[in-house]
Amino acid sequence: MTRVLIVDDHRLFRSGVRAELGDSIEVVGEAEDVESAVKAIAELEPDVVLLDVHMPGGGGVEVLRRVLGSGAQVRFLALSVSDAAEDVIGVIRGGARGYVTKNISGKELTDAIRRVADGDAVFSPRLAGFVLDAFASSEAPSIDPELDSLTQREREVLRLIARGYAYKEIAKELFISVKTVETHVSSVLRKLQLSNRHELSRWATARRLV
Amino acid sequence: MADQKTLAEAGGDAPFRRMMRPMEGRLLGGVAQGLATQLKLDPVVIRLTFVLLSVVDGVGVVAYAVLWMITPRMPYEGSNRPPRDWSQLAAFAAIGIALAAFSWLTGASQGGIGMLPFAVGGIGALILWQQADPERRRNWMSGATKGMRKNRVRTMLGVALVAVGAVGFLAVQGELMAARPGLLFTAVVVGGLAVVAAPWLAGLWKELQLERRERIRQEERAEVAAMVHDSVLHTLTLIQRVAHDPREVTRLARSQERDLRNWLYQPAQDADATLAAAVRRIAAEEEDAHGLPIEVVCVSDIALDSAGKLAAMLKAARQAMVNAAKYSESPSISVYAEVEGEEVTIFIRDRGKGFDLEAIPLDRMGIRESIIGRMERHGGAARVRTEPGEGTEVMLTMKVEKE
Repeated sequence: MTRVLIVDDHRLFRSGVRAELGDSIEVVGEAEDVESAVKAIAELEPDVVLLDVHMPGGGGVEVLRRVLGSGAQVRFLALSVSDAAEDVIGVIRGGARGYVTKNISGKELTDAIRRVADGDAVFSPRLAGFVLDAFASSEAPSIDPELDSLTQREREVLRLIARGYAYKEIAKELFISVKTVETHVSSVLRKLQLSNRHELSRWATARRLV
Repeated sequence: MADQKTLAEAGGDAPFRRMMRPMEGRLLGGVAQGLATQLKLDPVVIRLTFVLLSVVDGVGVVAYAVLWMITPRMPYEGSNRPPRDWSQLAAFAAIGIALAAFSWLTGASQGGIGMLPFAVGGIGALILWQQADPERRRNWMSGATKGMRKNRVRTMLGVALVAVGAVGFLAVQGELMAARPGLLFTAVVVGGLAVVAAPWLAGLWKELQLERRERIRQEERAEVAAMVHDSVLHTLTLIQRVAHDPREVTRLARSQERDLRNWLYQPAQDADATLAAAVRRIAAEEEDAHGLPIEVVCVSDIALDSAGKLAAMLKAARQAMVNAAKYSESPSISVYAEVEGEEVTIFIRDRGKGFDLEAIPLDRMGIRESIIGRMERHGGAARVRTEPGEGTEVMLTMKVEKE
C-alpha cells in the first residue's frame, strides 16, 4: 500500500483527488500550505507527496527546498493546473520526480503515484515536449556533455511520450521492456535536475515572456 | 490657486464677471481671448500687445504666464478639446521673433534677450502645472515643502546664492559695466535657482513616474477584469443554463480552460505566421466543433512558408483530427508537432477503435485524398498506422527550406 500525502490549497480539489484514487493507495493526510506540508511530511513520513505548484507561502518549490534540503527520503509528484514551462521546469529542477496536470484521470494518477513510489519518473506529454525543446534549442557548448545532452534513445522515448504513448506502448514500439523505458525516463529526469546548463532555466523563463 | 473654485462660483450673477479662458478660438492658453472678452476689445489687439510687451524685457511673456495661471479655464462641453489655430499662432510668433531680432540687432533692448530663458523656463513649468489637476498639485506642493524642510542646508545655500547673484546683478546694472560680469552673475542666479529647485523638480519627476506606474497597473487590472467578465463569467452562466447536457458542459469548460491557459501561459502568437500557433488554433477549433479534448504538444517552431507546403500539411492535419474526432470514439486525441532543422513532423493519434486500412473503399476521400494525396502532391508524406481496436496514428512529414 502506497502512503500518500496531498498538498494543495484547494479543499475541493483535495477531496476530489482522495475520492478518485484507487484502493491500492492510502491517503494518510492533507496539507494546505507550505508550513503545514513541511510539518505533515515530517510527522507522517508518506511514500509520495502529491504537491501543488502554486500555494501560499512560497509554493511547491519551497516545500521541496525545505524537505529535500533536510535530507528526507520522500518522493514528490507535482500536480498542477499550470502547464507553464517556468512552473514545470522549476518544480522538476527543485526535486520532484514527476509532473502531471490536474486534468489527469484518476486511473492515470494512481499509475503515476505507483511509478513515483517505485523510484521512477513520470512525464506528461507536455513535460516531455518542454524537455525536448529545451535540450534541442541550444547550440551553446556544454560544460558536461554527459549531462547536457540527451541520447538518441532518450530522445525517442520522450518523443513517444509527447505523442501520447503510455510506457507500455512505448516499450512495444521500441522493442524494449517497460523497465528499460522507465530507466530512460529516470535518466532524463536526472539530467534535467543536475544539468547546470543555465539555458534550461533561461529557456523556461523566456517561454513566459509575452 | 486655492481660491480658484470659490471665485469661479462667484461668477455668473455677480456684477463683476470673472475673467475666463475660453477653449474655442484659443491660440495658446486662451488668455488673450479671455482678456479681450473682458475688456470688450478685439483679441488681435490684445495678442499684438502681448507680443510687443514680450519683446520689451519679456514683460509680455511674464504677464501672459501670470494671467494664464490665475485665470480659470472656461468649462468646455464636448469630448475633444477644440484644436488651436496653428497658422495664426505661427504668425504671431513670427512677428514676435522678428521684432525681437530687430531690437536685439539695433541694441534697443538688452534685457529682453536676457530674460527670455527665464520666460521660456517659466512657461514650461506653467504647462506642467496647468496639465495637473488640483488634487495632484496639492500633492506636488506638499511633497515640495517636505523636501524643502528636509534639505534645509541646501535650501539656505541656494537662497544665499540667489541673493548674492541678485545683488551683484543689480550692482552691475547700476554701474553699467561690461556685459561679461553681468553674465557671470546671471549664471550665479541661475545656479542658485537650480539648487533651490532641484529637489522640487526631482520630486516632481518621481511623482510623475509613480503615477505612470499606477496607471499601468490600473490598465492591467482592467484587462484582467475584462477577461474575467467577458469570458469566464459568460461561460459560467452558459454552463448553468445547459447543466442538463454533460457533453455541452464539458465542451464549454474545456474551451474556457483553453482560452484562459493561452491567455496566462502562451506567448502571444500569430496563428497565421508560425506552425505551432497554427496547429494550436486548428486543434482548438476542432475541439470546439466536436467536443473532444485535443492535447497539443509542440517542439520548436518554424514560420509558415510562402509556397504553401505547410499550409497543405496543416489542412491534412486538420482532416486527421476531424476523422479521429468523428469516427474513432476515442476519449481524447494527442497532437504532436515537431520541427527539426528543415523537417516538420506532425502526429495525430487517438486511442479509439481503429480500422482496417485495406478495407476502406476507394471513393472515401477522407484519408486517401485529403491526407495522403494532399501531402504527396506537396512533396511530403503521410503514413497511417491503425489496427482494429488499436487506435489510429497519422504521421505527416514535410521538408521545407528555412526562409
